[in-house]
Amino acid sequence: MGGLGHYLESEGVPTTQISLVREHTERIRPPRALWVPYDFGRPFGAADDPALQRRVLEAALALLEVEKGPVLEDFPDAGAQNAAHPDGSSEGWACPIPLRSPVTSPDEDSLRRAFLDEFAALRPWYELAVSKRGRTTVGGSGLDLAAAAEFVAAFAGEEIPDNPCPEIPIAFVLRAAVADLKAAYIEAVTAQPGDTVPTHAQLADWFWRETRAAELLFEVKRRAARSQDRALQLVTGVLMIPMARTGG
Amino acid sequence: MPRLDRLPERFATHLLDVECPRFDSEPWMGGPPLSRRRIAVVTTAGLHRRDDRSFLLGSENYRIIPGDVESNELICTHVSTNIDRTGFAQDWNIFFPLDRLRELVREGVVGSAADFHYSFMGATEPEKLEKSARELAALLRRDHVSGVLLVPV
Repeated sequence: MGGLGHYLESEGVPTTQISLVREHTERIRPPRALWVPYDFGRPFGAADDPALQRRVLEAALALLEVEKGPVLEDFPDAGAQNAAHPDGSSEGWACPIPLRSPVTSPDEDSLRRAFLDEFAALRPWYELAVSKRGRTTVGGSGLDLAAAAEFVAAFAGEEIPDNPCPEIPIAFVLRAAVADLKAAYIEAVTAQPGDTVPTHAQLADWFWRETRAAELLFEVKRRAARSQDRALQLVTGVLMIPMARTGG
Repeated sequence: MPRLDRLPERFATHLLDVECPRFDSEPWMGGPPLSRRRIAVVTTAGLHRRDDRSFLLGSENYRIIPGDVESNELICTHVSTNIDRTGFAQDWNIFFPLDRLRELVREGVVGSAADFHYSFMGATEPEKLEKSARELAALLRRDHVSGVLLVPV
């Protein structure tokens, strides 16, 4: 990020930026930066908190009026509920939909079936979420959601499935399909009724600890590690499951 | 983000080991007060319009986001799995604060918003974005942009 600030400013375009990793910004020394105490994925603090988002935006833009630099300031306001619990527990919120029990003997078929059943149960909530919000973040893979689910599930089997998008290496189609499924799960579960709004840490805990989808992805990773396909090893090794969930 | 000492050790070490570019110069451009500036947002969140090309590992180019884009038109194909996307699923402003910027323009706090905003994919090494960034600067100047808000993810 700081590199972009340097390049644009040296071409005559004034820049200001949000900094998420203060240590990186200190090293790069871009012209103007506002460090915020929020997690990756939350540069403006919290969803559905326009007041906080506005304070961050105004603080970052105000740096454009500073007379000399480089300047790196800290955003003083860490008050957003979600941001205040970066490593929060799941206390206080539970997914209202009962999920299938973990698969105790994960043979190929039982794991795949459990995942596809779970996905089918969540699908109406996803459709409701799309209609309620008027938007979805699903779509990066270009696959229909049901096709994406079948495609990802197939990687838990012995045979690597056919590539539905042959112009892109199959490992990256898998990555995009997994991203779509994760997005659909989160959009679905946050559309359900309840008095408690889950934090992002609670949502991540729910997905990675409680769903059959996560169980399937860990199995896909295990199988891919034995594959000869280096791209598949790379994707399943570091681009599919967050580092914090793989024993880091 | 939280202090590195609050992250899982492996992740914190990974972040500390990231090689950051060093520059010999410290460019600095002045400009008018914010109320007369024209602001563009440049994100590294790997955002793009639904029908635009997805970002792939190592993508060095940017995607154009029209100033009148609606929230349902944008998706994120950043390759990193360590980015929390749950906030973006709920509210696009957490990645890309266009509603907030539009408010500031309406209230006269900011002069205007650019006709186009842009997105890179931040997992690519910064040096590999230089060519595209310098090309982008010319487009920004042509749009009379006098302030760029850079947003990581």
